Amino acid sequence: MQMSLDNLTRRRALGLGLGALVLTGCGGGGGPRQAPQQTATTAAPTTYTGPAVSLAFWNGFTGGDGPFMKRLIEQFNAAHPAIKVTMNVYQWADYYAKVPAAVAAGQGPDLGIMHVDSVATNAARQVVLPLDDVATSLNLTEADFSPPVWQAGVYKGARYSIPLDVHPLGMFYNKTVLSKAGLDPDNPPKNGEEYLAALEALKKAGIQGHWATPFPFTGNMQFGSLLYQHGGQLFADDASVSRFAEEPGVQALTWLVELVNKGYSPKNVGQDADLIALQNGKAAFNWNGIWSINTLRAVKDLEWGVAPLPQIGAKPAAWAGSHQFVLFKQRKPDQNKLTAAKVFINWISGHSIEWAKAGQVPARKSIRDGAEFQALKEQAAIGSQIDNLYFLPSVPGIGDASAVVDQAINAAILLKKSPKDALTEAAAKADKILEQNRKKYGA
Amino acid sequence: MTTLTAKASTARAATPVAWSGRATPYLFLAPYLVLFCVFVLAPAIYGVWVSLHDWDFLLEGRPFVGLDNYTALFDPSSAVYADFWMSMRATGWFTLLSVPFLVVLPLGIALLLNRPFRGRTFFRGLFFAPYVLGVAVVCLMWRLLLDPNLGLVDWLLGTDIAWTTSLPWGWVALVGVTVWWTLGFNGVIYLAGMQDIPRELYDAAKVDGAGRWAEFRHVTLPGLRPVMLFVVTTTVLASANMFGQSYLLTQGAPGGETRTAIVYILDQGLGQYKMGSASAMSYVLTLALIVVSVINFRLFRGRS
Repeated sequence: MQMSLDNLTRRRALGLGLGALVLTGCGGGGGPRQAPQQTATTAAPTTYTGPAVSLAFWNGFTGGDGPFMKRLIEQFNAAHPAIKVTMNVYQWADYYAKVPAAVAAGQGPDLGIMHVDSVATNAARQVVLPLDDVATSLNLTEADFSPPVWQAGVYKGARYSIPLDVHPLGMFYNKTVLSKAGLDPDNPPKNGEEYLAALEALKKAGIQGHWATPFPFTGNMQFGSLLYQHGGQLFADDASVSRFAEEPGVQALTWLVELVNKGYSPKNVGQDADLIALQNGKAAFNWNGIWSINTLRAVKDLEWGVAPLPQIGAKPAAWAGSHQFVLFKQRKPDQNKLTAAKVFINWISGHSIEWAKAGQVPARKSIRDGAEFQALKEQAAIGSQIDNLYFLPSVPGIGDASAVVDQAINAAILLKKSPKDALTEAAAKADKILEQNRKKYGA
Repeated sequence: MTTLTAKASTARAATPVAWSGRATPYLFLAPYLVLFCVFVLAPAIYGVWVSLHDWDFLLEGRPFVGLDNYTALFDPSSAVYADFWMSMRATGWFTLLSVPFLVVLPLGIALLLNRPFRGRTFFRGLFFAPYVLGVAVVCLMWRLLLDPNLGLVDWLLGTDIAWTTSLPWGWVALVGVTVWWTLGFNGVIYLAGMQDIPRELYDAAKVDGAGRWAEFRHVTLPGLRPVMLFVVTTTVLASANMFGQSYLLTQGAPGGETRTAIVYILDQGLGQYKMGSASAMSYVLTLALIVVSVINFRLFRGRS
């Protein structure tokens, strides 16, 4: 990988190798990894013996996942009489605006959930606390999760979050529609060739098989998955420059735009129309988030299935998000609360099979490998992609730069700009944002 | 007896009465003035200060950058230039397209609803009803109705129009939905204004042999002038501050062309935590709105 000046200064700032290795994620598969050294905490993580405490837990689980988390918390509270966890739920957009303000005012909650691509930003802004000691005292290591998920919560050599789940993209398909086009409803396409052949067969049967959506949900996730499948990346590992406008990105976006040009997708697909079309039997496939499982399950008489994304490019890859536990900075740190929070995180993590039922893949490997999770057929199918997931680099403000990709995809899929032009323009903008952010966060 | 007490009280409280007499208007003003200073004036001034910095309320370093946030808005090679002016253009288009409808249509409806007929109250309610809905409800509903491939509207019209993802149809959808949603409000204001126009003027007009059109031109319209000024000014400002429809109905499609300035400013300030830059943008927007409002006032004053 390229050694930029920025990277060098960061290395120097971090002292010897380890931090930078984790940070830049260039350790690949084989390199030795150790948990960052921290002062060991004495408290046993699974029990809490202190005085009664209450913990405020904020998150954005406004959808079908909210009740599952609420039930988990009720169970936890019943099992731990000395700890009372109360949950506050906000819309995610409000949550990310509200939490930093609350923390700055000294009114922040004790713990919360953050999406993995927001962790570094909030670490740099000192909203969340380093959690290396939590990981150490809970005996959590990379082996308990999966390397990309576990590393995604590390910023500047320190861990700031503990993974709860991953929510990848999967390929949902309508079995009835596949049968109608003479395709095997139990054996959906697995690679690019099969996929295009299926779309062609569907087209002959008068069905536009894959509705290419120009909107972030889930157009940019589809683009990202294809980009990584073609061997590309959204950003350099250290986020010094954007890389989505390079050849793999152009290939990925062209593939999506071609769906429209070849008539496999209608033009001008509206927000969420792709998922509705799948439910109505107007489309055969929809690459959507694992959170769609419960949505589809609620549709009467819908014969559907879900599989890993087909491998269009040279290697398998899928977009994923991840909910991660964070602890918020307090004016007066309370040791009892910290211990109680650790107990809570560990307990929820250990019981995340319940969480899986809300339509998530538990981050914890032991749970993912368990029979109970494997019995959740749909979740397990999507979960099988766990080692092929990618996350944004752990760099503050990375979300700002990735947001400009949304606009490029929108313009390209709506046939307003060529994929190459749209991506090149966005890349120029993203590079400027990355530069601004480096200045701002002093990375 | 009365004179005596009065005299005594004036004698005793001469100064306080005079003082409180002079203070009365300020006392009446005080509650509003305090709120205005605390929630409008002070933040506005603070905002100028913020706009001169690279400001993030959580970061220790908030370096002073002078006018950089402003010059970036006029520098084609900056990260914000293209997006900001695209969003300003979107705001301008929306205002230009929506205000005439929002001023004229409610006037027509108010004229109709002002005549006596059976079921008048029902229709008054009918036109006002959408206004009570939240922007999220309105936009989600219309997003589905207007969906280019699945929507009811295209199906009913037998057309194939991309209402939410292409131009100029995106503007038609945004303006149409906004007019449907908010016309009741201006309508109610007009109705109230019409009921303030003295009946005698109409009677006098009738005696002079005025027809319906002459009545409207020479009595109703002049009588509504102050109300018109209010409606036009608030509608321009409301349209220039349009947020929810662009955010929910079109999501800025295609390629950000229908993303309004407020949506972009919010994203800069609260999404990307670049409050300095967002403040600078909002001052440029404010300046533009002040200019428009002044022109507006001039026009109405000129006519009367």
